[in-house]
Amino acid sequence: MKPASFDHLLPTSLHEALEMLNTHAPDARPLAGGQSLVPMMNFRLARPTVLVDLNRISDLAYISDAGDHLAIGAMTRERTIENSGLVRTATPLLYDATLHIGHLPIRSRGTIGGSLSNADPAAEYPATVLALDATLVAQSVRGERTIPAAEFFDGVMTTTLEPDEILTEIRMPKAPPGSGSALVEISRRHGDFALAGVAAQITLDGNSVTDIRLAACGVGPGPIRLAESEMILRERGLSDDALAAAGGAAAAATDPDGDVHATAAYRRKLAGVMTKRAVGKAAARARQSA
Amino acid sequence: MTAKRSITVIVNGECLTGEAEPRMLLADFLRDELRRTGTHVGCEHGVCGACTVIIDGDAVRSCLMFAVQADGAEISTIEGLATNGEMHPLQKLFSEHHALQCGFCTPGMLMTAIDLVHNSNDHSPGAIRIGMSAALCRCTGYVGIIDAVMEYARQVHGDPAVTGDETGGGRHDG
Amino acid sequence: MDDSVRRESGGYIGQSVPRREDKNLLLGQGNFVADIQLPGMVHAAFARSPLPHAKIVSVDVTAARAMDGVCFAASGDDVMAALPPINGMQVVAPQGWRDRVDTDILIPDQPLIPNDKLRYVGEAFALVVADSRYIAEDALELIEPDLKALQPLPDAESALVDGAPLVHEHLGRNVAAFLHAKKGAGAEGLEAASHRLKRRFVHHRYAAMPMECRGVVADYDTRTDTLTIWSSTQVVHWVRREVATALGMPEERVRCIAPDVGGGFGGKGHVYPEDILVAWLAREIGRPVKWVEDRHEHILNAAHSRDNIYDVEIGFDDDGKILALTSSFLVDSGAYTPVGAGIAGNSIAHMLGPYHIENYETDCKVVLTNRTPNAPYRGAGRPEVAFAMERSVDLVANHLGLDPAEVRFRNMIPPEDMPYEVGLTYRDGVAMVYDSGDYPSALRSALAELGGLETIRQRQKDALSEGRYLGLGLGCYVEGTGVGPFEGATVKIDPTGKIMVATGACPQGQGHETIFAQFAADMWQVPIDDVFVTVADTGHVTQGYGTIASRSTVTASGAIKLATDEVHEKVFAIAANLLETAETDLELRDAGVGVKGVPDMHVSYRDIATAAKPGWGHQRPDGVVAGLESTSYYEPPTVTWSYAANATLVEIDPETGQIAIEKYVEVHDAGVLVNPKLADGQVKGGLVQGLGGALLEELAYDDHGQLLTGSLMDYLLPSASDVPPLAVIHQETPSLLNAFGVKGLGEGGAIAPPVVIANAVCDALRPFKAELNSTPVRWAEIAMFFDQNG
Repeated sequence: MKPASFDHLLPTSLHEALEMLNTHAPDARPLAGGQSLVPMMNFRLARPTVLVDLNRISDLAYISDAGDHLAIGAMTRERTIENSGLVRTATPLLYDATLHIGHLPIRSRGTIGGSLSNADPAAEYPATVLALDATLVAQSVRGERTIPAAEFFDGVMTTTLEPDEILTEIRMPKAPPGSGSALVEISRRHGDFALAGVAAQITLDGNSVTDIRLAACGVGPGPIRLAESEMILRERGLSDDALAAAGGAAAAATDPDGDVHATAAYRRKLAGVMTKRAVGKAAARARQSA
Repeated sequence: MTAKRSITVIVNGECLTGEAEPRMLLADFLRDELRRTGTHVGCEHGVCGACTVIIDGDAVRSCLMFAVQADGAEISTIEGLATNGEMHPLQKLFSEHHALQCGFCTPGMLMTAIDLVHNSNDHSPGAIRIGMSAALCRCTGYVGIIDAVMEYARQVHGDPAVTGDETGGGRHDG
Repeated sequence: MDDSVRRESGGYIGQSVPRREDKNLLLGQGNFVADIQLPGMVHAAFARSPLPHAKIVSVDVTAARAMDGVCFAASGDDVMAALPPINGMQVVAPQGWRDRVDTDILIPDQPLIPNDKLRYVGEAFALVVADSRYIAEDALELIEPDLKALQPLPDAESALVDGAPLVHEHLGRNVAAFLHAKKGAGAEGLEAASHRLKRRFVHHRYAAMPMECRGVVADYDTRTDTLTIWSSTQVVHWVRREVATALGMPEERVRCIAPDVGGGFGGKGHVYPEDILVAWLAREIGRPVKWVEDRHEHILNAAHSRDNIYDVEIGFDDDGKILALTSSFLVDSGAYTPVGAGIAGNSIAHMLGPYHIENYETDCKVVLTNRTPNAPYRGAGRPEVAFAMERSVDLVANHLGLDPAEVRFRNMIPPEDMPYEVGLTYRDGVAMVYDSGDYPSALRSALAELGGLETIRQRQKDALSEGRYLGLGLGCYVEGTGVGPFEGATVKIDPTGKIMVATGACPQGQGHETIFAQFAADMWQVPIDDVFVTVADTGHVTQGYGTIASRSTVTASGAIKLATDEVHEKVFAIAANLLETAETDLELRDAGVGVKGVPDMHVSYRDIATAAKPGWGHQRPDGVVAGLESTSYYEPPTVTWSYAANATLVEIDPETGQIAIEKYVEVHDAGVLVNPKLADGQVKGGLVQGLGGALLEELAYDDHGQLLTGSLMDYLLPSASDVPPLAVIHQETPSLLNAFGVKGLGEGGAIAPPVVIANAVCDALRPFKAELNSTPVRWAEIAMFFDQNG
């Protein structure tokens, strides 16, 4: 289908963009990579009357080393993140997550800010920022505010952003030395949205788990922090029993919907399996880096 | 209806100007306004890949961009691959390996492959198969396509010849 | 032009000649319907039903018509006043079939745009024509339909309930066709069997889903009162016929061309309302009209397929010899049946497969529901019966503790029994006779390719002891190909001496222009570049049938041969006249005719063409009329029988139920292969489609008749990473039914994969006595077997 008519505004600065969003609220929408918004517009399921196109604001695309975290501009392309040596070494979980996003041509345009703002429950970035307790920076004409990842996601395709706010920066905590991470997901085809996925980052001291972070995607209205599973593994280590228990806790923590691709029960089961596998893979990588 | 704008793009090295209202998809702009019908439209929801073109060096689905966003961009399409009547090496390989039947997916396949081979770091058979799963084909079962792209990767990167075994399909986790 | 290739290789047939189609397509110079741009062209769009079953109270297109940029709008009332419905029987079964298969057929006609009821989600209720597709879609939103929802019939079983609403009231029932056929003692044959098993098999709904959606461009020329239609179709002559009928024009004044067609697989194998409507619009409006559907429209409107339920009973003895088979099946045909009982007729004929089974009885209901219409898609009824039959064979084996491969060997028709009279009638009305083939050899080869049965079973045992689940899946089938009623071809020798071939075949990627050039080049003994082939254009062949049902290699080559033979006669007669020798002294050589053994005595086709001309200066002998052309029709005696044995090795992930396919083998026999590389491409392409049907693709309806899978995000097509290691081995047992020994093969690859995968999974799960008797094969169901068994 063809989209409905809209007015296209092309700001060249963040300030200009924010003014436009404010002026044209509530019908204006920001346009980032377009890989989620444009299909919706082509189906006429999304019909913004004004698009504020962020793609010419070069100031919003960057990856910089800010000491204990990487500061990533919201308009940084997923492809850029994938190719960044800095991301690969400093925030390897973000790199791993990126590999699972669709296909290369999607990543050519898709942005981290767009993906997080879109808040698809099956997307990888939301689970990743939640697992790592990233900080998200949002701006509007009223100024800037920082939002912890745990307070950002607010239901299916919903965030706590105001209608005239956009994300400008994502602050990704660097992986602790000696840690390992992995995002493991199961999808029907390569590149499809996950039926269930788990992002894991683990730090080991011998056989003890000194730090573990787990978040699931595809099994709830938004990403789910698997706090119970984390606790089990911190207390009991990585024995088979502990992993099974952690998997069981993850399954219980989920609240998936069923659809043509998978029933709720199956997704719940998969959440458990993905937890075990993600932890196993992350732990193996942690041992390798030791 | 919002007013049409003038858009200038460099398509296969040629500077072209056309008109489009903001909602006109880049794919439609290329095909209907600039009369470059080599790029095909298969779904308009960014899944099939038939509309893939290369913009400023990266493969992009032209059904997910508006023409107005491409103003000033350098775009490569299937029509620009052959030079002086001589087919691009990948085009020749497609013919040799019977990598096309109806030809509808072929433009997207070629542009996806060129970006993949030239701009990614992993040229193993498994990575190529995964990379090429970005574009759908209904006729060939992908066998000739993967063979052609793998051989192209070898030509470009000088990898040693690999025989047969790639990762099979059917499982996607990890 | 250099003839060395043909000479050195002994002819083009059998050579993997590179495709002449490739160049344009690779250069981006293809010409698909959506690429066509004509001066003054306008764009059509259709308003489509959001409800599966609704009474149309009224449809007001006034606001849409008044919109800036819109030049035409019509409701169902407008269309029904101007145009008749399409005759429901687009394909008429021959009397011979109706005589021998019990039939009770009531097919509904299909209104181009209805004004009484809407019968499936997606059915059009109005149309607009505007300066662009964008504007046309805007205008659609101004149409206000007043629809009164009726109780939907979301599936076949609901449509058969007593008192269910009728999809087509005037038919008085929701069954478009009752069919019944019997061989031997039929159901009574079960009584003698020491073992009997009963099962239900369900084959879900999926579809052709070509990469190019449907599209039509039509242009009416007032001066010549001629309509030209470009349609992405597999049946240009059918389109011409229906348009001419609907518009009251002679067929000769309607020209239908299928330019480059981006895949069809059967989904474009009949006439759709849009083919006729766009043609009508062009004449009404007086401007060229283009309509190209989008993917969502396509998923809702282009024919769906499969969607069958089989209740099967199989009777067998202690050795696993199958004595009798009965099946009672339903086809969910959706709201219309454009190809009538064709799919069901195919199913009935193909059920017994490569096995000798003396008693068989089947009955079928083709059921009308509020789903999208059901029409043939690659396999067309054969995948459904292959699923039922091949699952049954495995169940027989499991019941007796025999190897499924062994049970197949025990029941297969041996090569020495060929040609084999099946005891049933094919869709063409002729008694079925499998013409040639070696079914056991194909199965043996397939097993050998996977390491051999013993090795496979040992691997399986070893794996199980390690807690791993390996399975062997088998699927064997036969496929009637090259069906009539006919195909047409015109062969001419151009004044330049080139060979011009036109045929009614309508390729959608098969490489027909190359293949038929191969045939003609061999028939005329010329370099292949001297042959020019035109396909899919009613302007070039008076009568044609089209490309469906794996028929064009057989039927078009047959027609080309008949036409060639006619022209050969004249060519020899004229050459004899020119060379002043007897015809028996002559042979075809060097793009002409020469005296055997005398190199200097030769006339080129160009010379002969000149001599053949009418009027002064001709050099035709007495009794030879002017011109070097012939239009001929090949009416095949009956179908040729291709066949295959498929085998696969899989491993199951006990935690997720996922299936890893180690290797998938198909040993395929379609007689003499004209172009081995292209044949291989057809089989592999079909095979991957079959895997899609087995594992990924699904047209899922909810209980309210709404389609849940309306985009490619939900209708999952196989991608490159879904293709396992494949091995396709070609056997070539020539057909006895035509001069070239060829059989058809377009559909074969898609027939077996669903049952092969199901059988493989069940084989892996034999410790749990698991049965999977429906498609698609779902990971969740597999995982459940493990959960239930600890």
